[in-house]
Amino acid sequence: MISVKNLHVDLGDFVLNDINLTVDKGEYFIILGPTGAGKTVLLESIAGLYPIKSGEIWLKGKEVTRVAPEKRGISIVYQDHVLFPHLSVKDNIVFGLRLQKRARQEMEVALDKVAKLLDISHLLHRKPDTLSGGERQKVALARALSIQPQVLLLDEPLSALDPESREGVQRELRQIHNQLKVTTIHVTHDFEEAIALGERIAVLGEGYVKQIGTPEEIFRQPNSEFVARFAMTRNIFAGEVIDTGNGNTVFHTEGAKLAVATDLRGRLHASIRPEDILISPEPLHSSARNSFGGIITHITDKGSTLYVTVNLPPDFICLVTRRSFEEMGLDEGQKVYITFKASAVHIF
Amino acid sequence: MDKKWFTTNRMTFTFILLGAIIFLFIMVPLLKMILASDPKILLDTLLDSEVISSILLTLYAALIATTVGFLLGVPLAYLLARTDFPGKTLVEGLIDVPIVVPHTAAGIALLFVFGRNFFAGKAFSLLGIEFVDTTAGIVIAMLFVSIPFLIDSAKEGFKKVDVRLEKVSRTLGASPWQTFFKISLPLAWRSIMAGTIMMWARGISEFGAVIILAYHPMVAPVLVYERFETYGLNYAQPVAVLLILVSIIVFVTLRTLVYRGGKS
Repeated sequence: MISVKNLHVDLGDFVLNDINLTVDKGEYFIILGPTGAGKTVLLESIAGLYPIKSGEIWLKGKEVTRVAPEKRGISIVYQDHVLFPHLSVKDNIVFGLRLQKRARQEMEVALDKVAKLLDISHLLHRKPDTLSGGERQKVALARALSIQPQVLLLDEPLSALDPESREGVQRELRQIHNQLKVTTIHVTHDFEEAIALGERIAVLGEGYVKQIGTPEEIFRQPNSEFVARFAMTRNIFAGEVIDTGNGNTVFHTEGAKLAVATDLRGRLHASIRPEDILISPEPLHSSARNSFGGIITHITDKGSTLYVTVNLPPDFICLVTRRSFEEMGLDEGQKVYITFKASAVHIF
Repeated sequence: MDKKWFTTNRMTFTFILLGAIIFLFIMVPLLKMILASDPKILLDTLLDSEVISSILLTLYAALIATTVGFLLGVPLAYLLARTDFPGKTLVEGLIDVPIVVPHTAAGIALLFVFGRNFFAGKAFSLLGIEFVDTTAGIVIAMLFVSIPFLIDSAKEGFKKVDVRLEKVSRTLGASPWQTFFKISLPLAWRSIMAGTIMMWARGISEFGAVIILAYHPMVAPVLVYERFETYGLNYAQPVAVLLILVSIIVFVTLRTLVYRGGKS
């Protein structure tokens, strides 16, 4: 559908070397990388907003490297401050449709459809500066979708939002993608966002594409230290959230059933920060809902702290201070218990 | 405001004092002249056809200069705000030169290019446009000395427009021209208008460059000077008052319009 071939960008501060990506029709593709990795430049190159000196962009089997952005049908949503401030929400959304010289009625229908899809019909007559961050981002999405783009580019669309709106817009993104199946390239530095939304993920770092794969491949089999750094310090599991009645929810993953506290249901991911897990030689009696026995399989010494891998299965990585580690006399092969609260499990 | 206020707010107090001095320095001469004028003489002056035609000529010539400045200056301002090229700082500095050179010297410089014996003057004279002692001469004198105000203000206005808005516009199907007219220009409009008003006001008040190129037809500042030289203070004063009043009225009206427009 859309391919980047041998793209090379040198901006002094950062370099993109030999970037090769192919995104399939209807795919939700994530580009994951730290801030300053050149992710925005990569997106703008795809959109035709950044002049490419070396490399090619192909869209639907045609080379579009030198095609003007307005002739590509690739729309973009930026992180923040992206609505036209002098136009109402409605005029923002129909900006692209007006340029296409659509008939008035056709335009109204398209506007109505996209506004309903994003649940922003009640905002149409407002000015952008009166909207909340989440609302603005939804309007920006509506505007980008209104022209029925070949490819939708999202440049850190959730990063400027507060945690609550972020969850809302993230859910919206997933729903919209399931409904419209627009080919999407979404750039982020947030690992969990990438895992939650991406059908495939490309990890970008140090100027190169480090790894491309499904979310599971990226966090189960990172192919380099760089990729591992994103995933290693977290416990991430794929599984399913199931209601067990009495207001209790359980997350089923390969072998383990974790008590969780969430309103989400279905096939999702869970993450637990290593510092939220307690290790003890004996089972703990506490208010924490999750307590499991397992064997220590690996210990990574980080100086004042240590990462202890406990296999239930699955593997849980736990963070302990050197002092506790020494007092408990932990060692590989030893049987221990891990304990964490249901609220320490983040479902996404 | 007791004694304590002065001791805790010494700096504010000092600054108010200093500010008041300079404010009065601006206001007192203007007010004194306006208030000291005899209403009857002022009315006579208002009916003096020479005075009226010189004020109208001043407004008209400044308007033409501003229009030309707008059409040529706004695109340049956009380029300066959006692009980087070697020597850009130098170009920006040179654009501001008309503000710092003595305006009589600016007039001489213009005469060297637009005078009858020089290339631009000759070229325009083939088209039937003369610059010495003509309205066209007044216009170029005003244009030269006042264009930096418009370019600088418009440039700052364009700089404040987030480049990503233009980029989004392009991805939504707008050509560079459409993007300029639908996004960049409306968003920078207030700064551009502020610069335009400044340019017009500066044109209206220009004396030095105008008098070198065109003593006649007489613009209002030249008329004030001539009446002062020929008849003395009492005859120059009513013309000066009228000119100041017209300038203030025009300036305040335009500013109000622009700022009200910018709020919505």
